[in-house]
Amino acid sequence: MIERVTLGHGGGGRQAQLLILDRFTSRFGMQGPLTDSALLSVPDGLLAFTTDSYVVSPLFFPGGNIGKLAVCGTVNDLAVSGAEPRYLSAAFIIEEGFSLEELDRIVASMVEEAVTAGVRIVTGDTKVVEKGQCDGLFINTAGVGILAGELRHVSSASEVKEGDRLIINGPPGDHAVTILAARRNLSFDIPLASDCASLNHLVKRVTEVPGAVHFMRDLTRGGLAAVLNELAGMTGCGITIDEASVPVNEPVRGMCEILGFDPFCLASEGRLLVVAAPEEAERIAGRMREDPLGRGASIIGTITSARAGRVILNSTYGGQRFLEMPSGQLLPRIC
Amino acid sequence: MKYVDEYRNGRHIARLAEMISREVSREYVFMEVCGGHTAAIHRFGIPSLLPPEVRLISGPGCPVCVTPARYIDMLVALASGGGVTVAMFGDLMRVPGSILTLAAARAAGADIRVVLSAHEALELALADPGRKVIFPAIGFETTAPGTAVTVMDAGKRGVDNFFVLSAHKVMPPAMEILLKEGTSLDGFICPGHVAVITGSSAFDFIPEKYGLACVVTGFEPADLLLAVLMLIRQVNSRSPRVETEYRRVVTRDGNTRAQGFMNEVFEHADTEWRGLGIIPSGGLTLRKRYRHLDAGEQFTVEVHEIQRDSGCLCGDILRGKITPADCPLFAGACTPDHPEGACMVSDEGSCNTWYKYHNHD
Repeated sequence: MIERVTLGHGGGGRQAQLLILDRFTSRFGMQGPLTDSALLSVPDGLLAFTTDSYVVSPLFFPGGNIGKLAVCGTVNDLAVSGAEPRYLSAAFIIEEGFSLEELDRIVASMVEEAVTAGVRIVTGDTKVVEKGQCDGLFINTAGVGILAGELRHVSSASEVKEGDRLIINGPPGDHAVTILAARRNLSFDIPLASDCASLNHLVKRVTEVPGAVHFMRDLTRGGLAAVLNELAGMTGCGITIDEASVPVNEPVRGMCEILGFDPFCLASEGRLLVVAAPEEAERIAGRMREDPLGRGASIIGTITSARAGRVILNSTYGGQRFLEMPSGQLLPRIC
Repeated sequence: MKYVDEYRNGRHIARLAEMISREVSREYVFMEVCGGHTAAIHRFGIPSLLPPEVRLISGPGCPVCVTPARYIDMLVALASGGGVTVAMFGDLMRVPGSILTLAAARAAGADIRVVLSAHEALELALADPGRKVIFPAIGFETTAPGTAVTVMDAGKRGVDNFFVLSAHKVMPPAMEILLKEGTSLDGFICPGHVAVITGSSAFDFIPEKYGLACVVTGFEPADLLLAVLMLIRQVNSRSPRVETEYRRVVTRDGNTRAQGFMNEVFEHADTEWRGLGIIPSGGLTLRKRYRHLDAGEQFTVEVHEIQRDSGCLCGDILRGKITPADCPLFAGACTPDHPEGACMVSDEGSCNTWYKYHNHD
């Protein structure tokens, strides 16, 4: 018989205690008696603090599941801000009737990803809602990281200058297309897995080159197009992208051709954009390629003074067009 | 990727652009009537590869753009009625009705679901016999056969909770209306995927009656440039005819099997096109033998369309009389986030495409 989450698991009594102790705190390696807050020692300096909620559908997909995503998504938000991720919280909203075996697999992925990223899950919460009130499982994670003083500028883009080069660590869109293909109503069987991964070690490699990194952002919802347009807006600079230099995996291209999507607008969960000083761009791309998560690194464009605030795409066949901010909801619940 | 890379080859593209520049001897205006072509032309930056003498203008070929506000109002009323699910293509979600969009109606509790095919809507009906499922059938000859096959399937299975509200349109009568109204066109880039079904012969009346050049073409940059070159040559040699560039999928007679399905299920009817008015034989309605599956026959909804004049010039844009940038609302009062007219909603709408890919600052 399949063991399932019941409303009693969210009731605060013995059943709830057992669920929390057996399935969460022991696995997350939380020590000592359960208290209302985790007490953390932090060094001097700046704290980076972020939060994100995960509602991906389906919960399991090639390359990951909602648990892995909930860890690496928040780790990445910290990492691209220039912070070293340290501690996460994990809050679960579980639908009555959810399989405990699936919950265990999801928690196991969270533990594994936290170990990979070198972060600890130190606090959390569990709520159970009546059947039909949520779709299986939603997770919220918040994260705390320590910001290295010399990287304060990387999220604000204040150091970005004309001539800087833009680098991505691999082909965009694998996550969005994997999720799309895994949806029940689309019977696509494609050789592709989500790119979801914790990028903090890759970011460390890249930021070790002193003074080279001027901006970082992970390519989540809205994809490369959204990040580039935000950057153009923040800096008031123009951006020129060479389409041929942006790697796109064949299954992603194929799905985009069939469904009319633009790979530039598709979300990833393990890709980032780095803007670097021109003289260091090759070195940064080279350092990325030494990391398994940066094998497909490529220099894709340049910050310009022309066309202030706009992103121009030079196509493979000599045409030019503006790359606009995507509008509306391309695909709901991809993360 | 086969059938893609070779049609985006930089060397071939440069050569075609060069040939076009060499052969222009006057000004040319060509209209693409397919929304897919409009999107491809601007996505690939085709205008930036053409000499200034060649102007491409967009016609009424986006099915979402020509769907009347009244039709959206009907769907809103049907989906809000209780016990009824409207299962439709996602493209319709943000099209403004005269009061609400379907997205707003859904947020207010109407049962509206997005499906990717008519057949998926039928499956919803089969899975839940207690619900009435209505499929709003939009699109041209490209999507009508899929609806037809689903209607035939539902008929055969005796399904009594699946209905179709047809807003299917057919392309040649709309092109003829534009020609009758008078245009300054030199030729048409004819719709490639409509022609897969109808065959290229569906456009024969254009050179025969109106003396304009026609090329049926595909959706890649090389397809589009080659079509422009073929059109220029027809104009220069004063020999208008229907030529097919898209020979990898288009024949003269088309897909006769799909035509058979359409003919079995649908008949031509005078139909309202948003922005263009009633077009004689411009649409498809279900034949009498399928009226038990026709939502228009089986449901009574009262819709009071509210006429309002926002100043939106979609009608002139769909006729190719002006470009989106000529509309006073464009990129100001009307943007993809706050569309006034349907042309700003759909990915294949002229205004949406212009907004996305053109300089509007």
